[in-house]
Amino acid sequence: MSAEDPTAAFRIEAGELLEQVEQGLLDLEHRLDDMNLVNAVFRGLHTLKGSGAMFGFDALAAFTHHCESAFDRVRKGDVRATPELVSVILSAADHMRALVDGDAAEAQGQAILDRLAAAVDAAAGGGAPVPAPTPRKQGWTLSFRLPADAMANGTSPLALLDELRELGEATIVATFGKVPALDDLNPAHCLVGWDCTLIGDISREAIEDVFLFVMDDMEITITPLAVEEAEAEVAATPDHAPVAADAPVAANDTTPRGASASRSQGEHVRVPAERLDELMDRVGELVIAQSRLSQLAGHGHDLSLRSVSEEIERLAGEMRDTMMILRMVPVSTLFGRFRRLIHDLANETGKAIELVTEGETTEVDKTVIERLFDPLVHIIRNSCDHGLEKAEDRIAAGKSSSGVIRLSAHQAGGEVLITITDDGRGIDVERVRAKAEANGLIQPGQVVSEDELLGLIFHPGFSTAAQVTNLSGRGVGMDVVKRTIESLRGSIDVNSVSGQGSTITLRIPLTLAIIEGLLVRVGEGRYVIPLAAVEECLELSLEEDLRSRGRSIITLRERLVPFLRLRDLFATGTKPDTYQKIVVVGTGAERVGLVVDQIVGNHQTVIKAMSPLHRNVAAFAGATILGDGSVALILDIAQLIAMSQPREERRLAAG
Amino acid sequence: MTASILTVDDSASLRMAIRIALTGAGYTVTEAADGAEGLAKATATRFDLIVTDLNMPNMDGLEMIRALRQQPAQAGVPIIFLTTESDDSMKAQAKAAGATGWLVKPFQPEQLIRVAQKVLAR
Repeated sequence: MSAEDPTAAFRIEAGELLEQVEQGLLDLEHRLDDMNLVNAVFRGLHTLKGSGAMFGFDALAAFTHHCESAFDRVRKGDVRATPELVSVILSAADHMRALVDGDAAEAQGQAILDRLAAAVDAAAGGGAPVPAPTPRKQGWTLSFRLPADAMANGTSPLALLDELRELGEATIVATFGKVPALDDLNPAHCLVGWDCTLIGDISREAIEDVFLFVMDDMEITITPLAVEEAEAEVAATPDHAPVAADAPVAANDTTPRGASASRSQGEHVRVPAERLDELMDRVGELVIAQSRLSQLAGHGHDLSLRSVSEEIERLAGEMRDTMMILRMVPVSTLFGRFRRLIHDLANETGKAIELVTEGETTEVDKTVIERLFDPLVHIIRNSCDHGLEKAEDRIAAGKSSSGVIRLSAHQAGGEVLITITDDGRGIDVERVRAKAEANGLIQPGQVVSEDELLGLIFHPGFSTAAQVTNLSGRGVGMDVVKRTIESLRGSIDVNSVSGQGSTITLRIPLTLAIIEGLLVRVGEGRYVIPLAAVEECLELSLEEDLRSRGRSIITLRERLVPFLRLRDLFATGTKPDTYQKIVVVGTGAERVGLVVDQIVGNHQTVIKAMSPLHRNVAAFAGATILGDGSVALILDIAQLIAMSQPREERRLAAG
Repeated sequence: MTASILTVDDSASLRMAIRIALTGAGYTVTEAADGAEGLAKATATRFDLIVTDLNMPNMDGLEMIRALRQQPAQAGVPIIFLTTESDDSMKAQAKAAGATGWLVKPFQPEQLIRVAQKVLAR
């Protein structure tokens, strides 16, 4: 952290603490008597309160205090953890978040506190009285003896005497009554006592303040001067009797249990994401410079230059790989956030919903994770709202009463597959058809396969919800989800079995920063096709080319696949190669062939964003720099597929 | 020679605040993020004062204080723990473990410095 701003650090920390508290509460909901969870939640609230007060978040500290107290009572077994209590503290956590951000509504806080009080009362009863101290004045006589282990525990008797002298005119006399014979003397023990007369306008609190840290464990009498011994107030506890014989080396029965336990939590450094991006950029430049070096070295005959160049090539490759790992975070950070969503959705819909997560350790680029959040929220909301049935309907259908939403992630090559499965009623294909017909997406009675019908839910503006509920139907549809996924160079697929539930599968590249591509040549220009989208490469002979002039469609294993002539599309003005190639690319169920002049080969490269001026050129997703320093554009497959369809339709209409 | 202080707290913001206050008062400050790290650092170097939180993951403050007090070299090293009013039982436990004193959260930087001056033998 570059700036020394504890308040900013606290805001970040508070967010993390609240996240932990929330996770703890959500776990606690299922395991109400798990004391580890109770303690974890308590600790989070406690730290939040303490730190909040330190950094001037007084409202936060005051508010959190109530929640902490409630949990303290749970921790002490005074109050049971109840679902209502957990639920109140969950909403309290939201309020705390608002307090940290400074946009909290006070009335809401009070409402939560009222609910909290009711929840605590319901879970138990009774409170604790608070003792109050009394002030006094005048001169004093003191007689005191420190606990025997005081010096070992870091208290300096001389410092205490100095402090007494600072209070007023002090006469101090040491007493040695408890000091044993030399043979029995333990020099580490403090066995000397002191009698002291303090003259001045000194409050009892000021004296007690001197002994603040040892007060409870020491023998001390503090008597106002005038009254003499008569009214001696003894504020001593006999526990730590300072008699040498009775004071063996205490507290040795305590073993450091945690000493060997879990010390392995390695050190972490918090780095702003944009610095990682910067580093990534530099590494990208390095890789490009390195490939130019390799080319130069390869052309020359200098063997030592070539060996250095190879060494640099290896190092640059390793560096890039390490860089990629730095940016990876486990999907558990993403999945974890949905537990709260499920909890809320269950409350809102009155359905019992269970969230099952799998493959949480799968790692994905941080940027990808962040951009996946909104689409996943939408999909999960849809599943809970439309997919899962009410408990009674489920039982009638012979299912368990609570619906299951399963989130799973696993890595497959350079991609991660995320599936969202529900065991609800499945997508009603007939309703999809009716809706699509009503919206003019398909002709009434048109023959459409079930897969194609399901694909229509991604069409802009499509929604099957009979009535708009609080959950879904907020104006964004699955088309937005699809667009977001495609902007991540991913694809989305839906599957549904009537009565058994639906599955939505997202295929996302592990990273957005590097692309594994197929380098092709069209005319004079070179382009990169994301390898993940490439299904196969075919040859397009001259005669086939001529034959298909009228309609840009080839038959591929008895399926019609439209194709685009990139040479025409990019208006290269060059003659085609004799043997052109078709690269068949696909996202989800859609596929299209791209006619290119030459396939150059595999090319792994760092993606450079397009300049703002070129950002809205639809066919390209970015650019990359090749080994010889020239630029190759990266094709945006989803856009190309979208472009191919109207073109094909126009062609059909014209022909 | 300036006194060297070890501050042990799992909250980075609090560590930062403590460090700023204490270095401002002329002390040298070393940080540790939990009891285990605190114990390791204090074992490696003898500090003039240790300021520690109690509630921490890995090894909590209590265990760290107990472990420290078992080392003869740590005898007499003042250990201040940070606590809140609601923690009376913790206070007793921490003292039984061998802590020298405490500081109640929230505290002002001046309070921290005063406590440090109080327990550091002059």
